[in-house]
Amino acid sequence: MPLKNKGWIVEVFVTLKASVLDPQGTAVQRALHSMGYTSLTGARLGKYFRLHFIPGLHRTEVEKQARRMCEKLLVNPVIEQYHLKINREGKRSA
Amino acid sequence: MKFGVVVFPGSNCDHDCYAVVRDVLRQPVTFIWHGQKKMPPVDCLILPGGFSYGDYLRTGAIARFSPVLAGVRKHAHSGKPVIGICNGFQILLEAGLLPGAMLRNRTLTFICKYVFLSVASPGSPFSRHIPSGTVLRIPVAHGEGNYYCDPATLSRLRARKQIIFRYSDSDGQVTADANPNGSVDNIAGICNEEGNVLGMMPHPERCMEPEMGSMDGLKIFRSLLASVHTVL
Repeated sequence: MPLKNKGWIVEVFVTLKASVLDPQGTAVQRALHSMGYTSLTGARLGKYFRLHFIPGLHRTEVEKQARRMCEKLLVNPVIEQYHLKINREGKRSA
Repeated sequence: MKFGVVVFPGSNCDHDCYAVVRDVLRQPVTFIWHGQKKMPPVDCLILPGGFSYGDYLRTGAIARFSPVLAGVRKHAHSGKPVIGICNGFQILLEAGLLPGAMLRNRTLTFICKYVFLSVASPGSPFSRHIPSGTVLRIPVAHGEGNYYCDPATLSRLRARKQIIFRYSDSDGQVTADANPNGSVDNIAGICNEEGNVLGMMPHPERCMEPEMGSMDGLKIFRSLLASVHTVL
């Protein structure tokens, strides 16, 4: 199938800002420590979204829309930050 | 004073709020459905507790896009009182009507118990008529009540006397031990800069009659009613 007929997949990784305490991450870190993984120095939890877009859009348009979705709904900028990975459908994500 | 209680899918303290306004405060009250774009004529809006939209994504995050929020914003911007309780507070934060955000409780557990609150700013309509030195005993019931804001916002909240209630011990001392959920500065309730929008995690509607074990919630509503009547 030609590339332009393939849709887009945007992966959104949302994490708490470094300045925000993450009680869940701390609990996970403690659990891993108690399992003997003493080399672990930190663990933080986040959210992962996988957004599917129609074919026929330019990559910059997909990114623009995805960022707007993040800013309006998916991410709370008071406590969270995010980054995106954009790929054509069917391509293995990095 | 006419009250409106906003009902979102997943609100579960809406009937409690409705009942105390009607039966304890003896004021007219109406339910306002989340899909309603046109706001009925009310003087005070209550955004009740619960789990609007299942708490999906973040607490209050989806409710903020309800059609009724346009009316809530208009009401708030006109200077009329709005009280967001628990999930209602979370919605006001997500909607940007109050500053800050909620995190999971420090303990990672749902906390359902009575707490003590000291009045941090006695100038607000919600606290003005609470006698000074009063320590309120009001229950909390939440999993995400760990209030967060950055240091600059906290200084602004302090400078403008927007912090209304803080978790304290029974003597009114604000201590780390009295902080149930890890909230910044023991914050239990704040208002907007104009002072007409209050958000608080504790549930005043759950302690308004002798049978409920405390009547301290009534003091907040009475203060509001007295403030409004003074202004009028």
